[in-house]
Amino acid sequence: MSVILEARNLVRDYHIPGGLLKKAKTVHALKGVSFSVEQGKTLAIVGESGCGKSTLGRILTLIDPATSGELLIEGKKIDIAKGDMTPEMRRKVQIVFQNPYGSLNPRQKIGDILMEPLVINTDTPADERRDRAMTMLKKVGLTELHFNRYPHMFSGGQRQRIAIARALMLNPKLLVLDEPVSALDLSVQAQVLNLLADLQDELKLTYVFISHDLSVVRYIADDVMVMYFGEAVEYGSRDEVFADPKHSYTKTLFAATPRADVESIKARLAKKKQAA
Amino acid sequence: MSQAAATNAVSTDPSRRARLAEFWYYFSENRGAVIGLVFFLFLVLLAIFAPWIAPHDPVMQYRDAVKVPPVWQEGGRAEFLLGTDPVGRDMLSRLIYGTRFSLFVGVIVTTLSLVGGIALGVIAGYFRGWVDTVIMRVMDIILAFPSLLLALVLVAVLGPGLVNAMIAIALVFQPHFVRLTRAAVMSEKTRDYVVAAKVSGAGHGRLMFKTILPNCMAPLIVQATLSFSSAILDAAALGFLGMGAQPPTPEWGTMLAEAREFINSHWWIVTLPGIAILITVLAINLMGDGLRDALDPKLKRS
Amino acid sequence: MALLEIENLVVEFQTASGPFRAVNGVSMKVHEGEVLAIVGESGSGKSVSMLAAMGLLPWTAKVTADKLTFNGRDLLGMSANERRKIVGKDIAMIFQEPIASLNPCFTVGFQIEEVLRVHMGLDKAARRKRAIELFEAVGIPDPAERLGHYPHQMSGGQCQRVMIAIAIACNPKLLIADEPTTALDVTIQKQILDLLMKLQAEHRMGLIMITHNMGVVAETADRVVVQYKGRKMEEADVLTLFENPKSNYTRALLAALPDNATGDRLPTISELFVDEGAAQ
Repeated sequence: MSVILEARNLVRDYHIPGGLLKKAKTVHALKGVSFSVEQGKTLAIVGESGCGKSTLGRILTLIDPATSGELLIEGKKIDIAKGDMTPEMRRKVQIVFQNPYGSLNPRQKIGDILMEPLVINTDTPADERRDRAMTMLKKVGLTELHFNRYPHMFSGGQRQRIAIARALMLNPKLLVLDEPVSALDLSVQAQVLNLLADLQDELKLTYVFISHDLSVVRYIADDVMVMYFGEAVEYGSRDEVFADPKHSYTKTLFAATPRADVESIKARLAKKKQAA
Repeated sequence: MSQAAATNAVSTDPSRRARLAEFWYYFSENRGAVIGLVFFLFLVLLAIFAPWIAPHDPVMQYRDAVKVPPVWQEGGRAEFLLGTDPVGRDMLSRLIYGTRFSLFVGVIVTTLSLVGGIALGVIAGYFRGWVDTVIMRVMDIILAFPSLLLALVLVAVLGPGLVNAMIAIALVFQPHFVRLTRAAVMSEKTRDYVVAAKVSGAGHGRLMFKTILPNCMAPLIVQATLSFSSAILDAAALGFLGMGAQPPTPEWGTMLAEAREFINSHWWIVTLPGIAILITVLAINLMGDGLRDALDPKLKRS
Repeated sequence: MALLEIENLVVEFQTASGPFRAVNGVSMKVHEGEVLAIVGESGSGKSVSMLAAMGLLPWTAKVTADKLTFNGRDLLGMSANERRKIVGKDIAMIFQEPIASLNPCFTVGFQIEEVLRVHMGLDKAARRKRAIELFEAVGIPDPAERLGHYPHQMSGGQCQRVMIAIAIACNPKLLIADEPTTALDVTIQKQILDLLMKLQAEHRMGLIMITHNMGVVAETADRVVVQYKGRKMEEADVLTLFENPKSNYTRALLAALPDNATGDRLPTISELFVDEGAAQ
């Protein structure tokens, strides 16, 4: 198994410039995070708002540079602050955002959205671009009919499929999924999770799955990393982490997740009866 | 083969018609806007077909018919429906030809200030930093002058005439578009679809003009409509002050200026161009309100 | 007697593409001291039916019902003025976005005291005393100082606590919580749910919990109404619903939970549930 993505001691600081009344300060969004993901596997990054998981996602997707630390994609070190971003590199990592209503340009047709990455990064002829977009559309469970429509005509789940299709147009190795199902309804969430699993099997994709929903993570992840205030407090295989959480924060997180099984309901109702 | 499929697909594209239908639904809910639109279309037709509609040549002086009152007043003549001016030119024909100048002024001024304003606004909003500061401070300086006064100064420098008046007005209107575009760009810039385009490798130019700008158009269209009417008004004001169109051009503001001395004796010579300006500006403003209702998603009801 | 009684509620909106029926013949009852959960996905009309009951919908909505009563009083027939006396006092509501639900221009203390002034007619000193009590009740540390804070100075969880404090300020008989924890983190969600359940038990309020999260339902509800596309699919005790769901839709919904996943892929709603309404 080859390692697709490796992060070594990634740090990201935000400098907030001071004003007349405020002192300048530095926010440490990431305090040295290290991990690696093998091809075809899914690493889930779990945490609550403000824990730095989205910051990490943006660094992995090469949108923002890390303040320090090393990022290796397929064993090759990359630092966008130094400007060594090539279209080759661009193609290897793509992202799917949380909110499918904000991530598609409302003034672009679906076809144009899908073909845009090809137009920018490759010199594929128009016919072939169209064919590839059509194929991708079908691969994510939509039809050719949808090619000329605008995003506002689609439901949240369909839009998320389109966003996934766009991310896959350049045949990336790694997909960063930033809470891809948390804005979706339960039934649609199941469909999108299935689609992601299908695509992973078919294309040998590697996922970094950012989420706050433990039940989804337990379902989809191979490895789990729990983040808390910019630090990875727990990192291991899914079964290790879920069976035997080490860090107190992980335990709190597990205890807070509502359980929808019959036993927990029975226990709660019994407790309530006792109190009454 | 694939081209045939493409044209086919475009013709069956249901969204454009649906969007037009939706637009019309919200637009037509505002009755004033519909009236404004109808009147505006009427003006456009008048302007285009002026030579055929107007009964007389607008600069032709009928020496035998000086200061003839409108037809319904005592002394009115059937051939001059709205009467004649002090040198015997037909008022109706002059008003009809005046439409041409007013619409021309509106179109040119709006286009000039829109294009310039969008370009500067997008650059300021996209790059921020010192570029933004420089552009916005210059715009603030322009805004600090009373708009008509600044236009007057510019015309005085460039020399009186309709074209120079239009350039001056366009320059005065520009900051509004710059501000509006900048604000819209700044709020759109942080949206996920822009980041997504960046991740697919889009460069600055593409991001600015292809990704972001089309999503900022709604408020700009509304502002453009409203400044269309302001442009007509300002051009008329400059004409009135003798700095715009020069006689004998049948421009409404110029017509007003020429007729000032007859305000007590021969009401129609002053009143009719005034009414023409009033109604035109009102119609376009009503239309702008309707556009705002239909295009601004914030005002859209469930 | 039921606290809130709704029979055959229909809500229609006028839109650009013709009338749209958001709620289609929904009936339900809430009793004193009972927690009713209304579950449904987006577009199921779960929030709209409650907003309709409170008369909070925009004018484009047409609301009809065979019966819509609160504590035996007809809500549909009464004037807007009379309804305002009930809504906010006897029926209170909290919303999904806690920070957006508070007015950013005023301190939270002012906002809670305003409710007390309008509905309870308390004088200044009494208002302040009561506000501090309420903040203590919802677990806001250092309440006297917190009253002077603005919403943006507080976290989402704190703001939701303030919203709850405002909602229970007049000892309402019925509290409607519209997705109260959806915008919050899991650990905060737990705290807020615990708080709501504690207050509900203490005051014997009726509580309507509108949510899409089956976990939240399982942790809070006594009785559950499942809605889909404006219609009621099922109504059952919480245990019955999870153990032995009657409608196919509920069964499909439960199967789609990743917690219940057995195989490699999740069963999806469309495989398990054919929408009769769409087929017609």
